[in-house]
Amino acid sequence: MITIRLNGAEVRVEKGWTILEACKFYGIAIPTLCYNEGLSPYGGCRLCLVEIGGGLKTKLVSSCTYPVEEGLVVNTDTKRVIETRRMMIELMISIAPNSKTIQDLASKFGVTKVRFKIRNEECILCGLCVRICREQMDGKAIGFQNRGYKRKISTPFDIRSEECRLCGGCIYICPACQLRCQGPQPDTAVCNACLTMDPTCLDHYDELQCWMYDAGRCGTCVREKTEKKKTMKNKL
Amino acid sequence: MSNSKIVTLDDLELLKEKGLNLIYPTKTKISVGMATCGISTGAREVFQAISEEVQNQKLDCVLSQTGCLGFCQREPLVDVIEPGKPKVVYAEMSYDKVPELITNIKNQKIKNEWMLCQIGEKYSPRLDGIPFYKDVDFYKKQKKIALRNCGFINPDCIEEYIAKRGYFALHKVLTEMKPKEVVDMIAESGLRGRGGAGFLTGKKWQITRSSKGKIKYIICNADEGDPGAYMDRSLLEGDPHSVLEGMLIGAYAIGASTGYIYVRAEYPQAIVKFLQAVKQAEEHGLLGKDIFNSGFNFEVRVNKGAGAFVCGEETALIASIEGGWSGPRPRPPFPAKSGLWGKPTNINNVETWANVPVIIDKGADWYSKIGTEKSKGTKVFSVVGKVNNTGLVEVPMGITLREIVYDIGGGILDNRKFKAVQTGGPSGGCIPESLIDLPVDFEKLTEVGSMMGSGGMIVMDENTCMVDVAKYFLAFLEDESCGKCVPCREGIEKMREILNNICKGEGEEADIELLEEIALTVKEMSLCGLGQTASNPVLTTIKYFRNEYEEHIINKRCPAGVCLDLISYSIDAEKCNGCGACVRPCPTQAITGEKKKLHSLDQEKCIKCGACYETCKFDSIIIK
Repeated sequence: MITIRLNGAEVRVEKGWTILEACKFYGIAIPTLCYNEGLSPYGGCRLCLVEIGGGLKTKLVSSCTYPVEEGLVVNTDTKRVIETRRMMIELMISIAPNSKTIQDLASKFGVTKVRFKIRNEECILCGLCVRICREQMDGKAIGFQNRGYKRKISTPFDIRSEECRLCGGCIYICPACQLRCQGPQPDTAVCNACLTMDPTCLDHYDELQCWMYDAGRCGTCVREKTEKKKTMKNKL
Repeated sequence: MSNSKIVTLDDLELLKEKGLNLIYPTKTKISVGMATCGISTGAREVFQAISEEVQNQKLDCVLSQTGCLGFCQREPLVDVIEPGKPKVVYAEMSYDKVPELITNIKNQKIKNEWMLCQIGEKYSPRLDGIPFYKDVDFYKKQKKIALRNCGFINPDCIEEYIAKRGYFALHKVLTEMKPKEVVDMIAESGLRGRGGAGFLTGKKWQITRSSKGKIKYIICNADEGDPGAYMDRSLLEGDPHSVLEGMLIGAYAIGASTGYIYVRAEYPQAIVKFLQAVKQAEEHGLLGKDIFNSGFNFEVRVNKGAGAFVCGEETALIASIEGGWSGPRPRPPFPAKSGLWGKPTNINNVETWANVPVIIDKGADWYSKIGTEKSKGTKVFSVVGKVNNTGLVEVPMGITLREIVYDIGGGILDNRKFKAVQTGGPSGGCIPESLIDLPVDFEKLTEVGSMMGSGGMIVMDENTCMVDVAKYFLAFLEDESCGKCVPCREGIEKMREILNNICKGEGEEADIELLEEIALTVKEMSLCGLGQTASNPVLTTIKYFRNEYEEHIINKRCPAGVCLDLISYSIDAEKCNGCGACVRPCPTQAITGEKKKLHSLDQEKCIKCGACYETCKFDSIIIK
């Protein structure tokens, strides 16, 4: 066991954990996209960034890949983290505005506008499908092609791969192409429906009651609570 | 071959004698600079012509070749060495000058106009009025350590390298020093990595040395991809043995027995020269088993890159050597702990390795006296762009940009006004004229928003549009980004799109702030060095040339006259004398007019290629 300072509190964590695992253990929510417990960490989506180090020499690192070390100072909710994370979500929406996972993230972190040209590609190249195929299904049927903005995921030579057993693992795990968001506005590309709708059941989050459960939490209940507090204050 | 094996110091001394005879033979020697820069300007034809002419005129002489002396602007260079006299360096030779050259040599004459300089102060000058090497403006302020032998020895010849005290440092290390002493010596010298980040080499060696594991590797990073930078290429072509010796010393200090060199495939000549150096070293027992009877074994493998810029990043480079997809991975673990094949690996740049033998030979004290407080030694820069003398220069750290641009570079082409200098390649920043007296070292460059990088230095004049420059570098990085992480892949693309719009005159006022916001995100959030530094060109051009951005966005004007959508060509009625010179080069026949009368330019036909502007001798073409 080693000691790290997590959001100001000294906590004991297991050696060999990543920062993300430590945060999960202590109940600190960190958004992730390309991370999956059953797969090797990738560090590509950069959503799980946290600020490490103290004093003037701090830096942002991806918590899913950074191993904890004795005396490490971690802050998960600094202004720097939140602002850059917003920009990251804005960038992702501009590629895949129809992904419900990303639209939900946008609502959750208060991204209400996209200032970029929309590409509508639907793939954010998080690599989950490539990794599940290789690591869990022992398939190696799909992989990355090209580099930079030309990068895409496909089978070798873009033809039906003999390695593919049509298990569907890639489709199951994809955060972008499976869960479709119906609501992106043509002019802003963000949906934000969860931010504007009148919540019906969202006082407390309850897995069994939530009608969004199958699709993944939209995050409205968290926001709703704070807004209620505000209205209460106004009334007082 | 056993008799040619070098085992003792005496063997080295013997080869040194042999090498000295090769460098300074008893008869006339003609040597041609045959690095890639020379060959591209025709050195091969010159060499061919010289060998034919020597036979024709029956001149008794030795023909040889050498690397790049740094003055690439005036290649091909030909050296003529006669025993007991200073070496004469002729610049800008071509094959049609060769017969006269050989006749002159035969008649002991020297063609004054062709000469660049004479080398060898110990002899009385061959010609008055021709400066010695050390007095030429281009070389005066330089101090050559890494490039010490480039252009002076024949890179194909191990004896000539030994003649310049080559492999003596290796002998000293293997016979007199413990590995830890070597690491300490490098640490004391203050040598910092020359690949860009400037990490202390001694510290890096120490970490790798103390990492657990029996098998360790060292790697020489020669994947030099910055546009306009070619320091590593010249070093490998001109003095491959110095890099090899540096690697051998490093391997002994770290405890590695295998080394890799990762050269980009675009450097065929460098690969050939290095492979040849490896072969010669093996033949002489300087590579392989039990070097200098010390029990130290070392072998070197050469890996060719496949054209990806990102492979200069160490984790991507390792992935490429392993045969996988060459993308970076998050650190830690750092390669010093877990690198190639999961083993502790030490990666240094070509120039860093080339510095090592000199430090061992001359001592850490000597080295740490050169340079500034935190940046020791010298740095090689390739000075290119709009300067009079382009070429490879090695200067002590702490020299000012002004000295590099004006004293060594000879000022701006056509006496135009200096505008900015881009250091550190595409990931560096543009430094404006107001900071031209900045001393060049790692800290100072980072302070102003640029970086040392591998040593590219692109000089820009008043006719350069800074928005266009930022766009150019981003387009390069957009293409070279591996695409793994979102900020680098998407952020660079978005920035480039915005800059494109600005250059087209479609920019909006909020664009500058948006650019800054994306740039900071990309800088903070990217996975590897490529992304983390990719915003430097944008951030520095906005910081120092914000007015140019505003001019593009608000007034829809390109002050430098570069952005095609924002400029128009017209003819100055007062200056045009109707010579008609501009009519012929115009590809779209946009210029019409009778001889000796004012010409007119049809805006609809004009494609703004600039051909007329370059042809007109009377400055009557106006760019607005």
